Amino acid sequence: MAQDYEMSKKVAIKIITVLAVITIAEVLFALAGKGYIVDGWHVPTVIMAGVMIIFSVVKAYLIVYEFMHMKYEVSGLVKSVLLPMFLLAWAIIAFLYEGMAWKGNRTTIQDRNEIDLSSLSDQSGMMYNLKETDLDY
Amino acid sequence: MADTLTRATGDHHNEVTWDGASQPFKASYGKLMMWYFLLSDAFTFSGFLIAYGTLRVSSPTWPVPDFVFSTFPGGIHHAPLLFVTLMTFILLASSFTMVRAVQEGHQENKNGVVFWMVLTIIGGAAFLGCQAWEWNNLIMEESVSYHTNPFGTHTEHGRYLEGDGHDISAGDTFGPGDSYLIHNHNGGWHNLPYEVLDAKGNSMIGEGGAPVKGEQAFGPKAFGALFFCITGFHGFHVFSGVAFLLIICINAASGLYVDRKNGYEMVEKIGLYWHFVDLVWVFVFLVFYLI
Repeated sequence: MAQDYEMSKKVAIKIITVLAVITIAEVLFALAGKGYIVDGWHVPTVIMAGVMIIFSVVKAYLIVYEFMHMKYEVSGLVKSVLLPMFLLAWAIIAFLYEGMAWKGNRTTIQDRNEIDLSSLSDQSGMMYNLKETDLDY
Repeated sequence: MADTLTRATGDHHNEVTWDGASQPFKASYGKLMMWYFLLSDAFTFSGFLIAYGTLRVSSPTWPVPDFVFSTFPGGIHHAPLLFVTLMTFILLASSFTMVRAVQEGHQENKNGVVFWMVLTIIGGAAFLGCQAWEWNNLIMEESVSYHTNPFGTHTEHGRYLEGDGHDISAGDTFGPGDSYLIHNHNGGWHNLPYEVLDAKGNSMIGEGGAPVKGEQAFGPKAFGALFFCITGFHGFHVFSGVAFLLIICINAASGLYVDRKNGYEMVEKIGLYWHFVDLVWVFVFLVFYLI
């Protein structure tokens, strides 16, 4: 019993250290990827987001499995709590996909509004940054 | 079996509440229900975060986190993400002290439980204090509200025609993707005017020979509402957590759990909740500050 206690104390210190290191790595990577640390060095947003999400999922795993002792629960309990979370995979994909479609719609509407303005008025200098390509519709 | 259950419900009761042979999940009712509460809470937070993600990807631009969150108490500016990293560490540290409190509980060590729980409460309160400062800074200094977002992002090249007396002076140039904060002095917004430049840095001339001009536009409207709603909902969880930690800490100190001899299960249950609050922060931190 006393040995278990000493062991679990060591595990807790190990896990908190790993969590802290991952957090520092995340922040440094976020800043580095946006050109704060090495001048002019940028990482594409998709890669940035991907790495950050992986880091966060690892942190979540450590918190749930070690700190919340999910590791030591029987498998029925683990499944009944964790499997429903996979429903979220659908929600995330569907909603982000829809969000990107809205962005497309907004851009289309904005483009059309700009075309209308230009054909209606001759008040030069009032026009807003009209590009040749916008007239190709 | 019966012996265990009477102990769990308190020695003064002699009723056995569980008749169904062995417990399939080998967890007490309270712990199991805490897990399912946390599952439902996880869905609530996911709903909020997915709404945030949807609105964010639907906007042509979004306030850049390392520009928005770059102030630090004591008048320090241009310290991107420093303060929120500090907040994250405070919450992580309080998660560790909570683990220690649960471990001392398993040893039936009353003083240990109380000591580590007090540290956890201090950590939770410190986190709330940090959040109060962050909100105050956003609302009072930077004038962000649930309906107005002065953090904008340029979509073109340009040169400012006026300065704002803070970071921008007349003649400064900018490019697409550069962020700005529209300042609010005495209730009036100062959207700075600029002339539009082409990619080479020459003034863009409109059709009548006059230079094309623009003015700083407000950023995506939803930003403030989403930020205050989601971090506020998380902060409310921290606040409730601190309240329950306080109650259970006082109960532990009074010796209430000594008689139960169940390894301070109440401490374990509030521990689950407290780690969950930390877990949610991992994802709030991810979507609001890192990406």
